[in-house]
Amino acid sequence: MNALTKAARSMLLAELAAGMGATLKAFFKPKATINYPYEKGVLSPRFRGEHALRRYPNGEERCIACKLCEATCPAEAITIEAEPRDDGSRRTTRYDIDMTKCIYCGLCEEACPVDAIVEGPNYEFATETREELMYDKDKLLANGDRWESVLARRLELDAPYR
Amino acid sequence: MVKVTVDGIVVDVAPGSSALQACEAAGKEIPRFCYHERLSVAGNCRMCLVEVSGGRKPVASCGFPISNGMQIFTDTEVVRRARRAVMEFLLINHPLDCPICDQGGECDLQDQAFGYGADHSRYRENKRAVTDKYLGPLVKTVMTRCIQCTRCIRFSTEVAGVPELGGVSRGENLEITNYVEKALTSELSGNLIDICPVGALTSQPYAFSARPWELKRTDSIDVCDAVGTNIVMQARGASVLRIVPRINDEVNEEWLADKGRFVVDGFRRRRLDRPWVRVDGKLQPAGWADAFSLIATRLKGVPGARIGAIAGDMCDAESLMALKDLMGMLGSPNIDCRQDGARYDTSRRDFYTFNTGIAGIDEADALLIVGSIPRQEAPVLNARIRRRFVDAGRGKFPIAMIGAPNADPTYTATVLGEGPDTLAKLAAGELPFAEVLANAKNPMIIVGHGALTRPDGQAIAKACWDLAVQMDAIRPDWHGFNVLHTAASRMAALDLGLVPGPQGRDVAGMLGGGVDVLWLMDADEFAVHDIGPDTFVIYQGHHGDAGAARADVILPGALYAEKPGTYTNTEGRVQRAFRAVMPPGDAREDWRILRAFSEVAGRKLPYDTIEALRARMAQAHPAYGQAEHARLGAADTTAPQPGSVAVAATPFHPVIADYYLTHAVCRASPTMETCSGIYVRPATEAAE
Repeated sequence: MNALTKAARSMLLAELAAGMGATLKAFFKPKATINYPYEKGVLSPRFRGEHALRRYPNGEERCIACKLCEATCPAEAITIEAEPRDDGSRRTTRYDIDMTKCIYCGLCEEACPVDAIVEGPNYEFATETREELMYDKDKLLANGDRWESVLARRLELDAPYR
Repeated sequence: MVKVTVDGIVVDVAPGSSALQACEAAGKEIPRFCYHERLSVAGNCRMCLVEVSGGRKPVASCGFPISNGMQIFTDTEVVRRARRAVMEFLLINHPLDCPICDQGGECDLQDQAFGYGADHSRYRENKRAVTDKYLGPLVKTVMTRCIQCTRCIRFSTEVAGVPELGGVSRGENLEITNYVEKALTSELSGNLIDICPVGALTSQPYAFSARPWELKRTDSIDVCDAVGTNIVMQARGASVLRIVPRINDEVNEEWLADKGRFVVDGFRRRRLDRPWVRVDGKLQPAGWADAFSLIATRLKGVPGARIGAIAGDMCDAESLMALKDLMGMLGSPNIDCRQDGARYDTSRRDFYTFNTGIAGIDEADALLIVGSIPRQEAPVLNARIRRRFVDAGRGKFPIAMIGAPNADPTYTATVLGEGPDTLAKLAAGELPFAEVLANAKNPMIIVGHGALTRPDGQAIAKACWDLAVQMDAIRPDWHGFNVLHTAASRMAALDLGLVPGPQGRDVAGMLGGGVDVLWLMDADEFAVHDIGPDTFVIYQGHHGDAGAARADVILPGALYAEKPGTYTNTEGRVQRAFRAVMPPGDAREDWRILRAFSEVAGRKLPYDTIEALRARMAQAHPAYGQAEHARLGAADTTAPQPGSVAVAATPFHPVIADYYLTHAVCRASPTMETCSGIYVRPATEAAE
């Protein structure tokens, strides 16, 4: 290309027009961004977010204090203490997760023989202090109660692939 | 020796061994459930199947005798398939409740199913359910998990000597039961938990508290009796959660008495975790410096003869040595370790030692027990006597007892009489058992503290020694005179000289105002209320018990789990324990407390490290510098001093009133309290 053509293109703003054209095309395309937090992205049923301890439909807590999640946790974020409950069953007296240590690998969920500890779809649990991220059993069970319908649906959807 | 080939490896094994032992000698792992080295062979789990040359089908190696030139194959396709099939049968009725089972992580069935089992189950039918049995407050049962290996039946019958367990029905319906709803009456029942290969028998007090992979294991020595049982302290964080035995064939084989195992929940209760000082009649928390300076002020101007020290039954040799040296520095001859008032001639070590040795029981061929109930004083040692009794065969190991007419020793023992007069009759040859002892090649005489704690204890010890000499039981190659101690610290204390010096006062002499300042180290087992009202009492120890309640100054010490220590068992074996956890709060190792105080008192003890202190111990007694324990006979048969009190005719009394509550740690333990309520109190009330 000779210098004359180059100069003409430059003078007629051809590159600019092409660029504006691309912008105009994108302007009428469907938007890739969403209006968070009013809109939210689609999550896979396997998404690993905030933890929850689930209950059986009759209200009995699922966790049997087998300590497999504690053993498997690579970040050593889980602390469990157990003792026999009054009816003789094996239950935790303490189930703590340090959410600042947790790496959200999901191994606790994989290890759990009774689907008690799960990582739910919730990722909006940022707090103002570190202390609030030290989850105890009450907090985890409350999470489970709040999210149960979603959690059950997610497990159901993922079940064929396990 | 017989030559056997195992998978191409030629091994020499003793004649009469089983194929399983040959395989182990060749280093081959044979899975097994019912077979246990220390129990008889039952051969009912069929897991140990191997192929033997010439055999048409696999054989159970645990019960298959070897022959010369036999060829064993442990890794053929037939064997692998047989094992997988056996495992499938065992798992038919075994519940899949590993996540809630306390055996999980240390379960033979779990491990072997992983190693030898199939990867899935073909069983769709309902599993068998079995009602749980009540075996007392220590052993928890989940009988649905039972795989009917019958190890527990064989243990209780053969080792513990209480044939209370058995099987009813047969085949799939076989149930292990104790027939009646009654707690197992054995001081060794905790071992059922260890020998059960599955989670059918687990520890009740430890139920659900931890998983084996969480626990930090530390080798230690049990101090609840004087056997010196080798144990492993299993701790998580700051607390010891359970105690299990460690194998030592010379001492405890692999058994542990219930007290030593279940005392663990007393470790964190009623602890002294900071110094206390009595101000206006009330104990007030204080700092170490205040407590030390108060003691130093009180000691000022007190002559050595008015200062005394009493050492307790659970002290380690290091702190005993430091206490002895401190009293020496203070110029006091008043030091004593014999809270129970026992009398010994301490001039020679074999006058107060279990000379035959615990392993030596296996070589004995007649036994006389004087003033002792070994079943309560040393259950593990009693199991050794029982094993010798069973192994020797009917009548080959005659046992006689003097005293304790109503005790059930778990073996057949003739009760010759109740008092020391029987001893004289034996010496005179008036009783038929005298002839038995005289004809025996290796006779043993055990003198217990039921005899030695009497005023005439020393005279009885001499009478027993004389009888032993008369029966030719004291020779260069055999020493048949044995003192069975009940206190773990006693041997070390006697070795290191914690007995009153010249013109020194013993425990009784220090009470009732015999001294002005009294230093109690872990000492609670004497008449604490008899201490003179004006005596200034310093209590150094770990539990708030009788001694601490009387004390004017309390110095918090460490429990045996919380300090490295040396303990000498009744046979004189010097053993080391290590620290499992740190002492709570401000509590410190006992020898460090004494060393720190000596500096405040201006008479510094010459050791800064435990190594230096151990060097000092080796200097005080040669046994503490030797690595090996040697059992020796004695060429010198000179008898011990008979003491000043002549033998009285009164019958012997048992030295232990309540097996489960013998020291401060037991009394702080809820489990021991429960046991005492179930086993001891009803019997005591019935007797009244």
